[in-house]
Amino acid sequence: MGGYLLRRLLQSVVILLGITLITFALLYLLPADPARMIAGRSATAETVMQIRAELGLNESLPVQYARYLARLAHGDLGRSYAQKIEVTELLSSRIGATFLLMLGGIFFELLIGIPAGILAAVRRRTAADQSVMVGAFLGVSAPQFVVGLLLLYILAYKVPVFPLGGFGSLTHLILPAFTLGIAGGGWYARVMRSSMLDVIHRDFVRTAWAKGLSGSRVIWKHTVRNALLPVVSMVGLDIGTFMGGVVVVESVFGWPGIGQLAWQAIQIVDIPVIMGVVMVSAIAIVLGNLLADLVYPLLDPKIRYGG
Amino acid sequence: MAGAKSRSRSASIQIRQPPSAWSRVKRNKAAVFGLMVIGLVCTAALLAPWIAPYDPAEQFSDGMTLEGRPLAPSRRFLLGTDLLGRDLLSRLIFGARISLLIGVIANAVALTIGTMLGTVAGYFKGWVSTAFMRATDMMMAFPALILAIALAAILRPSLWIVALVIAMVNWVWIARVIYSVVLTTSQREFVEAAHALGVPTTRIIRKHLLPHLVPTLLVWGTLGISTTVMFEASLSFLGVGVRPPTPSWGGTISESQSFFLEAPWLVAFPGASILLTSLAFNLVGDALRDALDPQLRSV
Repeated sequence: MGGYLLRRLLQSVVILLGITLITFALLYLLPADPARMIAGRSATAETVMQIRAELGLNESLPVQYARYLARLAHGDLGRSYAQKIEVTELLSSRIGATFLLMLGGIFFELLIGIPAGILAAVRRRTAADQSVMVGAFLGVSAPQFVVGLLLLYILAYKVPVFPLGGFGSLTHLILPAFTLGIAGGGWYARVMRSSMLDVIHRDFVRTAWAKGLSGSRVIWKHTVRNALLPVVSMVGLDIGTFMGGVVVVESVFGWPGIGQLAWQAIQIVDIPVIMGVVMVSAIAIVLGNLLADLVYPLLDPKIRYGG
Repeated sequence: MAGAKSRSRSASIQIRQPPSAWSRVKRNKAAVFGLMVIGLVCTAALLAPWIAPYDPAEQFSDGMTLEGRPLAPSRRFLLGTDLLGRDLLSRLIFGARISLLIGVIANAVALTIGTMLGTVAGYFKGWVSTAFMRATDMMMAFPALILAIALAAILRPSLWIVALVIAMVNWVWIARVIYSVVLTTSQREFVEAAHALGVPTTRIIRKHLLPHLVPTLLVWGTLGISTTVMFEASLSFLGVGVRPPTPSWGGTISESQSFFLEAPWLVAFPGASILLTSLAFNLVGDALRDALDPQLRSV
C-alpha cells in the first residue's frame, strides 16, 4: 500500500507539472498581449514596453516558465496583472465560497440520485422505474445555466422563497447547489440503479431472502449497503465535471467563488490568475481521483493494490 | 413447381435470427422520440431559410414595446421577440444550424483524434501505451471548461474555433474508450491469425481492427453530440461562443440574461431547444449502446 501510494503521488505531481507546462505554453503563445491589455487602448508603445519589462514578459518562454516553476515551488503563484495583489491571496479569499458550493452540489446530487436509483432498481420495469430514468435523462441533458435561470425565475421571482443570487446565508446556497446537483443527480440515479441491479442477484442477497429476513431489511442492509460502495467512490472522480459546472453556476447566481474569478481574469488576460485557478482546479481533480482510488479498497476489502 | 418446393423447404428450416440492432432501437420508445426530435432539428437546420417566418437578423420596428422592451409571444411573432426586436422563432431555427454544425465538426475532429491515438496505443502497447495513458490522465485532470473559456476568449471565436476548442477537450474520453476496445480486440484470434499470416500492420489495423470500432464510434459519436451541444451553449452563455449577431441558442440566453425576469420566454425557448436536442442525442446514443454493445451497458 505504501509503495502504491508513493507511486500514485509521484504520478500526480508529474500530471500537475504537465498541466502547468501546457497551460503556460497555450496562454503565452496565443495572440493576446497582456501588457497591452493592462496599459489600455490609448497607451503609447513606450508604456507598453515598460510594462512588458516589469512583468518579465521580454524573456524567452522557457526562461519565463522556469521562473514560474521556481516561484511555484515556494508556493508563490505570482501577482495579478490587474489587481496588483498576490494570486494566492485572491484565490484564498474566493476558494471557500467555491468549496461550499461544491459540497452543496455533492449533497444534492447524492440526495437526488441515490434514493431515485434505489427506487428504480427495487421497482424495476414499473412506471416508477421509467419515471426515474426519464427524469435522470432530463437532468443529465439540461444545461445548468438554463436550470439555474428557471429556478431563479420561479423560486426567487414569481414565488420569492429564495434570494435572487448573491452570497451569505444558507438560503443563498440552496438554489445554486441544487442547480449543480441536478445533472449529477441524474447521473447518480443511473449509476445507483445499475449498481443495485448488479448486487440484487448475488448469492448473499438470495441467502438473506431465503433466511426469511424482511424485505426492507434485505434491501437496506444487504443490497443498498453493498451497492453504495462503487457509487460513493465515484464522487472523487467527479470533481472535474464539477469545476466546469461551478464556473457556469457561479456566473448565473453571482456566487463569489474561483469560477467568477477565472471568468473575470480571462476577460482581461490576467495570466497569473488564470494559471492559479487552473492549478487549484487541477489539484482538486487529481486529489479527488487519488482519494477515490484510495478509499475504494478501504470500503471493499476484496480489492488490494500491489506495491 | 420447383420454386414452391424450395420455398416450403426454406420455410421449414428457417432459423430465428436474433433481432437486428435497428429493430432493437426501434422498440425503444424513448429512442424513437429522440430520433423524431433529431429529425426535426436537422430539418430546421437544413431548411432554415425556407421555413423561418422572418429574416433572423431583421430588427422589426413593431418588434418592441414603446419602452423598447421585447414582445411576448403573439400571433405575429410566435415565440416573441428579443432585445433588439428580432423574431425569436426565426433566430432559434437558424440557431439549430450553429448547434448542429459545431456538434458535428467538434465530434468529427474528436473522434478522429481519439480513434487514431487510441488505436495506436492499444495496438502497440509497451511504452506507447504508457505514454498514452499518462497523457490522457493529464488531459482528464485539466479543468476543461476553464481552459476552453480561456482559449475561446483569447482567440476571438469563430464557429471553427469553438468547434476545435470543444474537440480538444473531448477527444480524451473517446481515445480512452477506443484504447480499451482495441486492447481487447487485438488479442482475439483473428488478429493473431492475420499477424501470423504476415499481414502488414497497417492492413491489420485498417481491415481487421477498425471495423470492430464502428459500433463504439457510433455510440460515442451520438452521445458526444449531446455533450457538445451543451458545451457550446455554455460557452455562448458565458459570452465566449460564436460571436453575435450569429443566432446561437446559448448566445440568445446570454444576451437576454439581464432581462429574463421580464421576458422569461427569451430564456425558456432557447433553453428548451438546447435541452431537447441534447436529450434526443442522449436517448438515441443510449439506445444504440444497448443495441450494439451489450457489454458496454454499464450505466
